[in-house]
Amino acid sequence: MQKITEFLAGLLFGMGLLLSGMSDPGKVLGFLDLFGTWDPSLALVMGGAILVGIFAFTVAKKRTTNFLGGALHLPKANQIDRRLVIGALLFGAGWGLAGFCPGPGLVSMFSGQPKAFAFVLAMVIGMLLYEAADRFIHQPRARQAATR
Amino acid sequence: MTIDWAHFTPWASLLGGVVLGLASAIFILFNGRILGISGILGGLMSPRLGDIGWRISFFLGMAAAPTVFAWWAPAGFLSAPRIDAGYGLIVIAGLMVGLGTRYGSGCTSGHGVCGLSRLSPRSLVATLTFMGAGFATVFAVRHLF
Repeated sequence: MQKITEFLAGLLFGMGLLLSGMSDPGKVLGFLDLFGTWDPSLALVMGGAILVGIFAFTVAKKRTTNFLGGALHLPKANQIDRRLVIGALLFGAGWGLAGFCPGPGLVSMFSGQPKAFAFVLAMVIGMLLYEAADRFIHQPRARQAATR
Repeated sequence: MTIDWAHFTPWASLLGGVVLGLASAIFILFNGRILGISGILGGLMSPRLGDIGWRISFFLGMAAAPTVFAWWAPAGFLSAPRIDAGYGLIVIAGLMVGLGTRYGSGCTSGHGVCGLSRLSPRSLVATLTFMGAGFATVFAVRHLF
């Protein structure tokens, strides 16, 4: 059952990206071009998603387990720090350069777009760079701080 | 500001958004997970035993989406995506998106859809920041240079 709902969530998410136009970088850049000819469509994507999401998370917050009886992993982090802001700035700038964010990049790759494949490959390398940086830069520092 | 009426697709975008919300609802309520693409993918970069299968099932579903969508959508509904950026820019953008989303713990789905839906101030700051950076980048690329 769990495997089915995981698969279904992925399927619906991919279909939502295709239907909404999020998977088209031209449309995304049209939305981000606030000072040119602006395509407001993606504001409706966010609006529609949050409309449903608010109900789901209101239910989830009141529970300790998910509907299938397993663990419910709600994020505990609430700090607004330099990492969050610098990461979001870097991501937003990259998003604005090509018009791809992670989900649309993946679904376009699965649609067989060669440029989306290049994007996902570079994105994965970026994520691996993060892992490497996290392992060799942040964690040793945290360990030093702990022993101090 | 001029509205681009030629490309504006209010109903398809609203309905698509509702479908994205449904997917996020299923994922949190049935699987107890936040549907955040960068987090789901990023977790595969430092794989831990017992923490891989659910990520793979999710991506298999996503991989099936274009085929299922093509059966279901009216012919010609899906126009070819407009990917104007060249390969060099695409690779730079990909590196920035990969590094940035992991550093900032989320992207448009995790912070944007799920974070705002659960009224998280942290995700609101992240979303306003990456949207602002996106607006500024497109402004710089299209209107300054």
